[in-house]
Amino acid sequence: MKKSVFLGALTLAGLAAGTAMAQDSSTLAAVKERGMLKCGVNPGTPGFAAPDASGKFVGFDVDVCRAVAAAVLGDSEAVEYTPLTSAVRFTALASGEVDMLARNTTWTFSRDVDLKNTFVGVNYYDGQGFMVPKDLGVSSAKELGGATVCIETGTTTELNLADYFRVNNMEYEPVPVESFTEAQTQFLAGACDVYTTDASALAASRASFENPEGYVVLPEIISKEPLGPLVRHGDDNWGDIVRWSLNAMIAAEEYGVTSANAAEMANGTDNPEINRLLGVEGELGAMLGLDNAWALNIITQVGNYGESFEKNIGENTPVGLARGLNAQWTEGGLIYSPPFR
Amino acid sequence: MTTLSDPPQDQGFRLSQLIYDTRYRSITIQVIAMIVFMLIAAFLIRNTIINLSALGKDINFSFLSSRAAYDINQQIIPYTSNDPHWRAALVGLLNTLLIAILGCILATVIGVIAGVLRLSKNWLTAKIMTVYVESFRNIPVLLWILAFMAVLSESLPAPRAFRGEDATASMWFWDSVAVTNRGTYVPSPVWGSGSSVVIIAFLLSLLGIWAFGKWSNRHFEETGQHLPNFWIKLGILIVPTVLVYFVMGRPITLSYPELKGFNFSGGLHMRNSMLALWLALSFYTGSFIAEIVRSGILAISKGQTEAAFALGLRPSWTMNLVILPQALRVIIPPLISQYLNLTKNSSLALAVGYMDLRSTLGGTTLNTTGRELECMLLMMLIYLIVSLIISSGMNIYNKSVKLKER
Repeated sequence: MKKSVFLGALTLAGLAAGTAMAQDSSTLAAVKERGMLKCGVNPGTPGFAAPDASGKFVGFDVDVCRAVAAAVLGDSEAVEYTPLTSAVRFTALASGEVDMLARNTTWTFSRDVDLKNTFVGVNYYDGQGFMVPKDLGVSSAKELGGATVCIETGTTTELNLADYFRVNNMEYEPVPVESFTEAQTQFLAGACDVYTTDASALAASRASFENPEGYVVLPEIISKEPLGPLVRHGDDNWGDIVRWSLNAMIAAEEYGVTSANAAEMANGTDNPEINRLLGVEGELGAMLGLDNAWALNIITQVGNYGESFEKNIGENTPVGLARGLNAQWTEGGLIYSPPFR
Repeated sequence: MTTLSDPPQDQGFRLSQLIYDTRYRSITIQVIAMIVFMLIAAFLIRNTIINLSALGKDINFSFLSSRAAYDINQQIIPYTSNDPHWRAALVGLLNTLLIAILGCILATVIGVIAGVLRLSKNWLTAKIMTVYVESFRNIPVLLWILAFMAVLSESLPAPRAFRGEDATASMWFWDSVAVTNRGTYVPSPVWGSGSSVVIIAFLLSLLGIWAFGKWSNRHFEETGQHLPNFWIKLGILIVPTVLVYFVMGRPITLSYPELKGFNFSGGLHMRNSMLALWLALSFYTGSFIAEIVRSGILAISKGQTEAAFALGLRPSWTMNLVILPQALRVIIPPLISQYLNLTKNSSLALAVGYMDLRSTLGGTTLNTTGRELECMLLMMLIYLIVSLIISSGMNIYNKSVKLKER
């Protein structure tokens, strides 16, 4: 009996040591060996990441995961999604439970530097807003003194909220909630007057209400929330892959490469930048340790940045977001990819 | 011819005795088990340190003195978002202790009542208590907490409903209590100047009641005369305090909740998160305490009841004077673990947004600073200390009620 316990303990220790060692090797090799990308996403923000009727995750953030899977494995469906609450996301990434996060996460100094994450870019420029029921008769956030505010704990929005009300000398009553869905339930039940989070998520949440006309999003945007995908420190090659997968989607839109015409353009075009992007010219894929058709796979399987935007959160969807800051730099927005050279 | 059962010669200690000699074998096994345990512990600690340094993280508690930057709705001590993280943790700890103390009191009251009533001869009462105990005991406490919260926030009116001419909701008890889906607002005392005199008078009258009780017991033993104890005690409790209250010019007033802006202001705001957590924990733990109380009572032999009845004691006196004091000896030790359970279960508070230690130090602080290991270690240490204090306090009480052996 004693012996079996001892042997059991040895096995356990051996297994634990094995896991500890596996983490040191490269993420790219691990993903390729597994044949599956593990991606951390939001458990349910319509438009950004939410399960569809068949239980498959779809959305704007989900498309970043799919793009990386298409680049690395050649198959945008080879993704295992892990729904993560805002409270556990960084721990899940740091512990290797997921390979990357695409979970509307705000890029901040301390998250980048102190929490040892690498933010690889911004896929949505957002800001924190407020939503109130229309019959409250409030037209500006400055009139919210004394209000009860539903707020997701462990987010940057919680800190912005505290600062905004303190600077404007207003009292408020925070009602901390654990998840997006819980916040909606409380808000709809009238347990709080105001729901505050990123403006994009407010729009998404309003779209899912039974009576969206009964609620208004106030005009004030009280913070900068650049949302983007991130990976953990220590594997720069993997960081590059995620960064340039996102950039490939952005550049494709800029050069007019779409899921419809990408295969045709891959036969060669006059534009050397497009040729390098699609792997006709140069060895960009090999530099990343990927197939040279990596970006072509992304664009044919997932689409370019604009296509993903219009399909998931654009003005013709229930979420109905305008491009605004998220238009290409050529059209007055902030979306900008460094050159593929 | 020598006998075969010669006593073994003392040949000194041989190594094989460590395994084959029963005198040493148990020690050998313990030593091996200890070494294995230490090896596993050392491995885990080393693994943690290596993994942390691979991630470039160190163990550092200096984040506790940096600015917390978030707000907490229920504060027992003053706190603003400019205060450091340790103070946020302290606010959370006090909220945890508040819910633990309130919960233990209410759970005990509920448990004792339900436990006694479950033994009632009244069929309906006994069955109702059985249903209560079995339904609460057999459903996870987290579900009860969420259920209470859902009932409170979905079924009660929003403060808006109290507004205007055609208000759909109204306040209770002559406009002094407002029950809303954000919490219950009750009048709170405002301590004006001179109120300390009233409080001192009140404390003195409590002392007076205690002194009178002692004197009246002695008087009863000496003369056999029953005094109307209850009425005299009630008189001592009320009359001097009320006199002083009016003499001092009514220094203590009540602040009533009033609908101002979005919410009620004034009075005491008992948030629904607190009420839901408090009620759910109390009813849940109360169902366990009910069973403990019932088993304690059943442990007292029926002869005691019969003897008390034979002496002519009424059933209520029999319970209070004969059965319960003896039953306490059986009840107290398992009761301690129920109090500890309630305190630890209060860490489920985050589910309803009650800002306890788990939600401040282990929630927002952990998330915004990213110091998971430090926050978790600190939190475990604090819960350990709180639990040890509760159990040592209860052990002292246990010593005072247990059977005195002479």
